[in-house]
Order: sequence, then C-alpha cells, then structure tokens
Amino acid sequence: MASGIKDKVAILGMGCAKFGERWDKDAGELMLEAFDEALLDAGIETSQIDAAWLGVAYDVANLGSSGIPMSFALRLPNVGVTKVENYCASGTESLRGAVYAVASGAADIALAMGVEKLKDTGYGGLPTRTLGTNLDMIGVEGSGPGNFAQLASAYRNVHGVGKGDLKRAMAHVSVKSHANGLKNPKAHLRSAIDIDQVLNAPMIAEPLGLYDCCGVSDGAACAIVTTPEIARSLGKRDLVTIKALQIATSNGWEQQHAGGWNGSYFHTTRIAATKAYKEAGITDPREQIGLTEVHDCFSITELVTMEDLFLSGEGEAWRDVLDGVFDADGKVPCQIDGGLKCFGHPIGASGLRMLYENYLQLLGRAGDRQRKTPPSLALSHNLGGQPSENVSAVAIVGLADA
Amino acid sequence: MTTGILSFGAYVPRKRLQRSAIYAANAWFAAGLKGLAKGERAIGDWDEDTITMAVEAARDALVGIDRSAVTGVSLASTTFPFADRQNAGIVKEALVLQDESGTMDVGGSLRAATTALIQALRSSAAGAGMQLCVASDMRKSRSASEAELLNGDAAAAIVVGEGNVVARFVGSHSVSADFVDHYRASGQAFDYGWESRWIRDVGYHGILVDALQSGLVAMGVKADQVDRLIIPITVRGVAASVGRKAGFRDEAIVDTMSSNVGDSGAAHPLLLLASVLEAGAAGQKILLVGFGQGVDMILLETTDALGKLAPRVGVKGALARRAEDTNYMRWLAHRGLLDIERGLRAEVDLRQPLTALWRQRKAVFGLVGGRCTHTGTVQFPKSDVSVNPNDHARFTQEDYPLADRRARIVTYTADALAYSPAPPTYYGLVDFDGGGRMKIEFADVEEQDVEVGREVAMMFRIHAIDEQRKFKRYFWKAAPVVSGA
Repeated sequence: MASGIKDKVAILGMGCAKFGERWDKDAGELMLEAFDEALLDAGIETSQIDAAWLGVAYDVANLGSSGIPMSFALRLPNVGVTKVENYCASGTESLRGAVYAVASGAADIALAMGVEKLKDTGYGGLPTRTLGTNLDMIGVEGSGPGNFAQLASAYRNVHGVGKGDLKRAMAHVSVKSHANGLKNPKAHLRSAIDIDQVLNAPMIAEPLGLYDCCGVSDGAACAIVTTPEIARSLGKRDLVTIKALQIATSNGWEQQHAGGWNGSYFHTTRIAATKAYKEAGITDPREQIGLTEVHDCFSITELVTMEDLFLSGEGEAWRDVLDGVFDADGKVPCQIDGGLKCFGHPIGASGLRMLYENYLQLLGRAGDRQRKTPPSLALSHNLGGQPSENVSAVAIVGLADA
Repeated sequence: MTTGILSFGAYVPRKRLQRSAIYAANAWFAAGLKGLAKGERAIGDWDEDTITMAVEAARDALVGIDRSAVTGVSLASTTFPFADRQNAGIVKEALVLQDESGTMDVGGSLRAATTALIQALRSSAAGAGMQLCVASDMRKSRSASEAELLNGDAAAAIVVGEGNVVARFVGSHSVSADFVDHYRASGQAFDYGWESRWIRDVGYHGILVDALQSGLVAMGVKADQVDRLIIPITVRGVAASVGRKAGFRDEAIVDTMSSNVGDSGAAHPLLLLASVLEAGAAGQKILLVGFGQGVDMILLETTDALGKLAPRVGVKGALARRAEDTNYMRWLAHRGLLDIERGLRAEVDLRQPLTALWRQRKAVFGLVGGRCTHTGTVQFPKSDVSVNPNDHARFTQEDYPLADRRARIVTYTADALAYSPAPPTYYGLVDFDGGGRMKIEFADVEEQDVEVGREVAMMFRIHAIDEQRKFKRYFWKAAPVVSGA
C-alpha cells in the first residue's frame, strides 16, 4: 500500500453557507457565501489559489457543466477548475482533488468546494433523472429512501433483530441528531423531536418513516488547503491536518454476485475505513476517534455505518445506539452538528460540511455544541449511491501533533 | 405424421375487478347495467398489456417443449401496442426463440386467433415445423358501457405441430361476411356497437348457426358427435342457444367464463380451448369456433397424449392465482381513462435509445445473463469481465437465460416516494437458484408477500412508458410464488 498523505496537507481555512431552503440564493451565490468565510479564516486573497475542485452532483437544477460556473462565481484567477461528480460523495471527491494537488506539490494552495441547489426542482427528495442508457432498460428507478431501506430488511434477517427493536434504534439516531441540530445556527432543521414522533410518522419507504430520512436543502461548503509549512508561514498555529483520505468504489460484487454480500452493510465502507485507519495509524478506532460525522442520509445508514467503521461490533450497533454511545455526550459522538438529518443533503456540499464541523470541533470553535474535551482525531464518512453499489469516502483529520 | 396440438397454455391477470364495483360507480348514469353487475372480470395491472400477457401464456404453453424446435410464432389480437413494429417479434424475443423463426401479427377481427390457428395447422401439416399460436387482448371500454362489464383481459397460447399431438387436427371450415356487429376504427380506443337483439337474431342465430351447419357437412361430422363445442360468445345464453339451434348436445356446450374472466376478445377462443384441453380426456371431438365478420371452425380430436402432458399453470392455475379487486378508479387510471394528478416526479422524460435496445435485446427481452465457462459464475447482465471476485475472467461468458429460474429475496422495500402508477413500488435484490443476482422490481405483490428468503418467479412486464414518444419499455419483474397456484 502507498505510504499515504498523513500530515502532508493542512486545512488553511473553511467555510459553510447556511443550509436550508435558500429561495434567496442560487448555487453561485451559495458558493460565495461559503468561500468568503473560508477566505477570511485562511487569511488569503482569491488570487493566491492555485487550483480548484468543485463537487456537484445534479445538473438538473444546478450550475450546468464544467468548472466554469464556479470560476465565474468566485472570479478565480484563471486557474484549473475541475468539476467532479461521484454521487453523494462528490464533496469528499472534491476535497481529494485539492488535497492530492497540494500533497503532490502541484499546487501550494488549493480550493475544494461542494455545492448543491436542490430546491429548484419543485418537489421534495432528490431529482429524478436517467440511470444511464443500460440501467434505464434493466434497472430499478427507486428513490433514495427505497434503496437504503433495504438495509433494514437484510440487517434484521442477518442479525435476528426484531422489527420493533431496529425501528426504535433507528428512531434514536434521528432524535439524537435533531437534539444536536437544535444548537447549530447553520442547520436547516432546528427542532427537537421525540421517539414517538419518529415511530408514528408517515412511511416513506418501509421501514423508513419521514423522520428516518434526512432533509433536502440547498447549501455549500468549502475548504482551502495547503502544506503545513505554508500554513505556518501564513501565521497559523493550531493546525488541522489530513490524516487519511480513502475512497472505495463498488465493482458489482454486492449487486451481481449471488450468495455474496448479504445486504446488511456497506462493503466499500469497511474497505475505505480499513485503509484510512492504516493510513492514519489508527489501531483501535473506538478508543482513538474522538468524533464522527457520517453519511446519515437515513437513520439505518448511520446505524450500520457504525459497524462498518468498526466503532461497533457486527450486529451490535443497534444496541450501542440505544445505549447512547453516539450521542453528543456519549463515547464517540456522531453528527454533533446535526448531520445530514438536520442540515439536509445538498449533495455536493455534504462531505465538506462534515469536514467543516470536524475542523471546528478540533479547534474548539464549535460554540454551544463544542464537545467538552476537544477531540484530537475526527472522522467524516461520505457515501454516494446505494447499499448495493456505492462510493464510500472516509476522511480523517486531526491536530497536527495528534 | 399426425398434425395437431402439441401443447397449450393460458394467462389471466391476477386482479379480478368486481362487476358490482363498476356498476356502483356508474349506476347514477346507467342504472340499466344492473343485470350485468354480477361476478368479476380479469383486469391487467398497470404494467401489463397484450404483449406481456401473450408472453406469459406462451411460456406456459412451452413448458416441456424444446424452444429451438419452434419455427413460427403468430400473435392474434385487436389491441396491439404497436401498429408498425411486429408485436409477435417482441414475444419471440422474450421467449428467446431462435432468430430463424417466422413471426406474424394477426388482427382486425375477433376471429384473428382461430384464423391464425387454421393457418398454423395447415402449414405444419405441409411440413413447416412447430408453430406457436398466441392470442391476447386487452380491450378498452368507456365508463358505463356494457363492454366495460362484459370484457376481460386474458391470453392463451397453442403449440401446433406434428407427432405426439394431444389433439389431432381433423378439419376446418371458414365463412366470411362483413357483418358489422361492432367495429373499431384505426387509432380509436373504443368499439362502436349496434343493437344486441339484431346481433343475436341475425349474427348468432343466423350467420353463425348457418356456418356451423354447413361446416359440419364440409368436415364430415354430425353435430351430436361433437363432445365439446366452444362458442366464445359470453353474452348470456347465446353459446347454448346457438349450439341447440345447430343441433349440438347441451352437455357439449362449453362454459364461456363470462362470470370469472369476461370476454377476452381475440384471445377468447384459445383461452376456452385451453380450458377444454386441460379438463379433457382422450377421444373427445372438440369443435372450436371463432366469430367476427364471419366464422372459423376447427375440428380437433384429443389423443392419449393429453393425459401425459407436463403440468402447467393452465386456465385453472391462472384462475386460482386471483386477487379480488374493487378499486374501479385505480383500474381506470391504469388504463389511461382517468387523468389523475401524477405529480412532478412523473415528469421525468426518458426516451429509449433504440441502438442500445438492439445491443441489449437479449438481456432486456429475454432476461439472458451470462455464465462464466471457467468458473460457472452466473451473473446478470452478462459482461466481458466476470463479477466473480476470485476470478475476474475475461470474455468467458456464454448466454444464460434466467427467466424460467426461481429466485429468492435478499433485500426488499416498499417505496412510496419514487413515482409509480401503483405505489408503493416494491423492489429489492434477488438471488436466482443456480446463481445470478439482480436488483429487480416486484410485480403482483402485497405487503405480506415480501420477506427475506421468499421465493419469486420472473414475469414479463412493462418497465416504463415514454408518454411523449408513445414507446413502451418491457422488462422482467419478480412476482411472489404463491403456494398452490
């Protein structure tokens, strides 16, 4: 395995727009909102950016093709701007481009931006679109909730968990995230909910009810990255560096090979997590990771992801969830910012929004929701696709000396 | 060599709409329909049409038959989804019959199926090889019409050939007369019909009885020698009165399935023939009649082989696979007769690239996957590089049809968010017995039918409809296997 990029790249500054139904702004303006915060945080000018990546998933209600719309919106200095799309992992994919550019020495300072303008579709949920020429003929045009709900049927079967028990654990995931989101001024949904509300909500895709699903919103988030040396030369003292960044992509085994994958977990997340822990030198994630932001598009996704990140044993996450292990005051808080559940999921922005929270928490800048003992290592997990075919990204960041 | 019928099959959609529900919705306007508001009629689901029903009936008929022996396919109907694109050709692709097959659509009359069957019997006798005759109809009708109550959706298939026949072809006779009891102009959705009393007196008791009498003479058989008389006219009492008037024995008159299926149009003669054959014994003379701008008659005599035919769903099995339905509004919406608000999600506009359909025709129409000749790994779709994680062998796959293999549910959901004409959409991952896995939509499914490990069988269905370009996409769906059916 390659030696990796641990501590080769530092975060110079980050920004995150207010997420929500941003009827007032289009995608370009949302990007600028995040970008201006990041510039201020980084203490640099736009002209100092050497290269930029843009993560955005849907052309349907968005910017259109290429990196040009971002170059226009931010008036970037005619540098290379690359648009990337990797389903819901597009945000972390954008970060990967910027981080690799800095780690390779090709750029001193690079920008990773993620944005999505979903509320121009006219309806809730994600836009419907083609699956691609062949899959339009032989695939299933399911919704996000429908695709992810299948985890629950398989998880119950594989681990012998009762319908009621699993539904209650899933409900706890959402109740916890809403409690966290309440404290976050940038979150879209800021309201506390209780278990009964979750259990009694209308069914979206069996067994996912309304509150088992994340919101849909507009948003943007970005990171400006550089080398630790340049960061220090620019006057930064408390440095947050990239400890690991891994992406794993399905090759069809889960979806096409009979008798293999059992449908109850993310094959790719286990691979990406294993590689990321190795890259970061983490041997006992449950003890060493102080904080996680995971891809809680649906409550069941977060639940099984705790196992795939090796924070819970196989078949045990539902109990850990109910025991409060991942609550804000638990052993390994998950979604301390409210998660996708409360931010909503503007596809391209989510991966960088997760990183933004980890960055703030590491630096002790998270305000009311600051974890009492600031973590030294934090993990973000950004997943695109569906359980049977997906892109799973794991990014671990930490204090430079951690 | 003896020419005749080698096999038969049937398909009746699972939903049976209660005629009382149709009447209840329309009684305010057409109270006079009350007399017809008894029993039930078969209705196709939103994803069924003439072609999908034809494929299912043909699959049933081909049980125990070597498909490579079929040299011709005909599809009889008055409701072809395509006016210029051979509908029988789609059936042939779905059945994965050999490309060296003659295919033809036969339409234009409720007599289409009997005419096609006569031609198949004659050509087979002349050495043309095994012929598959499929008939299928799904006729639309106006709300509050008699047709709405009388019609039904169904399909049937008959395999004709030489050798070990279950019914020997004795003879046939045809009469043509442009007697317009009803008609449907090209491009129109509904029939226009004339007074039923005139049709009964002049059509059934006149033209049909005369034809039967002259046909018996021509075929050299006497009316009282016929054991089963199939007159596919579901109007109450007509089959019996025609039979009696023409001199046939009362016990020979075959029930027309008016109470539990309805008049399945061009498919009805073959559906009734299938029902007679599956209940028949050796040595019976069967006279099959087709009526529509004339009369077709086919005389058959069953053989000992009938009792040895491989088990099949047949009419009995299709009738047993039944779901009572009282939702008249849903049926109207599914037939395009009710303009419901489908929401913005339904607006997605996907055209079918015809180039890609041609490349993928075996996977799309035939559910043909691939089997690696090195490792035996089965997969869908077939690909150049194997999905087997231990051996990504390249260019080693042979065709591997999956449509007739059973599968088991690995994961499932009921999706209420994705647009569907019949929400929620059930789908999930299934593993085929013998290998192969795919994500697939479920059909004919209720909440209690889905669980991990449940057995499913593949069915040919409409995958999506391009409303803008009037193109239908077909593909396969997984239907729960109901024990005993």
